[in-house]
Amino acid sequence: MSVTFSALENILERYPPSSEHLISALQDVQAKFNYIPPAAMTAVCEHLGVPVSRGWAVATFYKSFSLEPKGVHEIKVCLGTACHLKGGARLVESLERELKVERGHTTRDLRFSLDTVNCVGACALAPVVVVDEGYQANTNSRRLKKFLKNVTKE
Amino acid sequence: MVQVSTALKSNDFRLATPAALAAYRESILAERDPNRTIIIVCHGTGCRANNSPKVADALRRAVAAAGLNAQVIPEIKDTGCHGFCSRGPLVVFQPSGLFYQKVQPEDVEEIVQKTLIEGTPVERLLYADPETGEHVVHDRDIPFYKYQQRLVLSNIGKIDPVDLRDTIAAGGYQSLVKVLTSMTPDEVITMVEDSGLRGRGGGGFLTGRKWRMTAEHGRETPGPVYILANGDEGDPGAFMDRTLMEGDPHAVLEGMLIGAYAIGSSEGYIYVRAEYPLAVKTLRQAILSAREAGLLGENILGTGFSFDLKLNLGGGAFVCGESTALMASIEGKPGEPRAKYIHTVEKGLWGRPSNLNNVETWANVPLIIAKGADWYRDIGTEGSKGTKIFSLVGQVKNVGLVEVPMGVTIKDLVLRIGGGVPEGREFKAIQIGGPSGGCIPQAHWDLPIDFDSLWDAGAMMGSGGMIVMDNSTCMVDVAKYFLEFLIDESCGKCIPCRLGLQRMREVLKEFSAGRGSLEDLEELDSLARAIKDGSLCALGGSAPNPVLATLRYFRDEYEAHILHHKCPAAVCKELITYAINPELCNGCTACARECPQGAITGTKKEPHALNASLCIKCGICFEVCKFGAVTVA
Repeated sequence: MSVTFSALENILERYPPSSEHLISALQDVQAKFNYIPPAAMTAVCEHLGVPVSRGWAVATFYKSFSLEPKGVHEIKVCLGTACHLKGGARLVESLERELKVERGHTTRDLRFSLDTVNCVGACALAPVVVVDEGYQANTNSRRLKKFLKNVTKE
Repeated sequence: MVQVSTALKSNDFRLATPAALAAYRESILAERDPNRTIIIVCHGTGCRANNSPKVADALRRAVAAAGLNAQVIPEIKDTGCHGFCSRGPLVVFQPSGLFYQKVQPEDVEEIVQKTLIEGTPVERLLYADPETGEHVVHDRDIPFYKYQQRLVLSNIGKIDPVDLRDTIAAGGYQSLVKVLTSMTPDEVITMVEDSGLRGRGGGGFLTGRKWRMTAEHGRETPGPVYILANGDEGDPGAFMDRTLMEGDPHAVLEGMLIGAYAIGSSEGYIYVRAEYPLAVKTLRQAILSAREAGLLGENILGTGFSFDLKLNLGGGAFVCGESTALMASIEGKPGEPRAKYIHTVEKGLWGRPSNLNNVETWANVPLIIAKGADWYRDIGTEGSKGTKIFSLVGQVKNVGLVEVPMGVTIKDLVLRIGGGVPEGREFKAIQIGGPSGGCIPQAHWDLPIDFDSLWDAGAMMGSGGMIVMDNSTCMVDVAKYFLEFLIDESCGKCIPCRLGLQRMREVLKEFSAGRGSLEDLEELDSLARAIKDGSLCALGGSAPNPVLATLRYFRDEYEAHILHHKCPAAVCKELITYAINPELCNGCTACARECPQGAITGTKKEPHALNASLCIKCGICFEVCKFGAVTVA
């Protein structure tokens, strides 16, 4: 999605020009564009009256902000303790091989972003992988591979 | 799920006095038939992931299609997490307590026919005792629930969290009325002090004392005082706070309101992880409906007391669970902690006195007010009062959320409630206190779980994530795992934490590859202690704990790696090899097809062979083999 003036305006008008809204405004930008486009960062900082450097300090500090465009499908492999004990690391490694992309990045065709998360709090489902909104519970490399094939077909 | 009464929809609905709240509650209760069957479908994250929304839909359709007599039409209610996540989706009948587990949409017709119409349970959906195989009909008789004492969680699994009427019917906001109408702020603080309640977020500081300090600082300087709830549950393997926020959000709000009244605050924040979208949504709805009903905002219940709340979403940084980092984050800054020469009760958010308590701590407050400090003091141990919620996860049969009185032993928690480790495995340790907690081995499993005993044993209560480990867990690997987590989450402000932890990881990496020496072990120990002493905040100060605790109890495992180049649990990649046992392999070809390296060869229906020189030890063959023919050693 391109960074349109109106999409940004919609976000900015929700916030009074005060620095405390920086994180919330950037979260809205992230939700809208799936990453923080530099143009949006400048606009948000100008609107709130904070230096752009502070904007980037915040965006690079918090995990929920992405500085590169995300893929159509977001894969989050949980590496919480319970998932770690039940083979979460194996799942990320096999996805890295399968999708030919390193964790934290997006495939070249922009179909998949592969990330790890520290815990989604669904430990009964361990090991768990969250693809978009859906939980792949008690999963393994083979089942994930099949699932992703179906996602690609859609 | 959203059932807003007509009264709540109209703009003039506002409970103007305590009497109006009481009358409203009476009217809700009068509408309800206590004998009417309520079918409760758990909508916690675990059950949702296993299809519970579809089960609820199917139930609604099946009930509508069954043409039941008006008197027996049940109410179908979606609630927060019941805790028994490994058995979900859960369906519970109230008031009887009939308990069905692992229910799928296709089971629904049978449930309606047998249970609703014929009045008999569907046996195959009942919980079966793992030892005797006997079916258990009611939730209260299942060991997982029987040995718990669910006080803070008592409403969860009974009420619809987004329906304020349900909360009010269950007695919600009665404690608020009690403090507003019959107690002075000082009396409230004294009661919380007397209860002995200690912070549930990890530190275990006495809540009442914190409140008093904040109140005193607030009086000294004119200006706002802030009340904050920490819902930034960042510990991996912990979901207590999420369950509370999703399942009984009004209990958190009520606790905060009581705190605000006691401390003299009119503004508050709830800081929640953005990774908990459902908790955010539920809290947002709860705040809106409480505001509409006049339970938040100006002149609450006509008593002159005003308090309002904002919801603040965390950006995914573990360190933001630390008080000063959390406050920096609310101010829109990177969440870096500061040195606490001056405590946040004096200068916190925006430089003003601020009282931050964990979500679970807040949810304890209404209970204490309702039942009294003496009642609360009777639960728990000498130094740790009340109950504590734990998430029991890892290598344990009954994964889920449990609430027990402080002082329960590890053994009781793991064996009686948790049902022990999976068949054929041996219990090894529990890890408690989050990434910077510690591991406690089986030899100490009679240890009572309370703040002080855990501290003495080299672990800590933390927020209550309890991870069970069995003999398939390598303690060196676990220490490395937590260290990596903390390196990733270190904000980088102070050197001991930023660089010291990296160096510790390097040493551990050597160990897990079978290199290093016993001197390195001593060095690791001394470095760990230096980091503990020299770090700015609690993250760095406790970051070496997992290493220190595993060194304390599992030194032999470290030595096995260093001296014998063996990983006893067969986890550390550089020390293990995969092989195929020709006697068990039937040549199904599953492993050969999945091996990303083409390292496995063989003819169909003949035993296969694994070429170790090509093997990258990804473990996929081990995972896919259904015959136990792939071995790892």
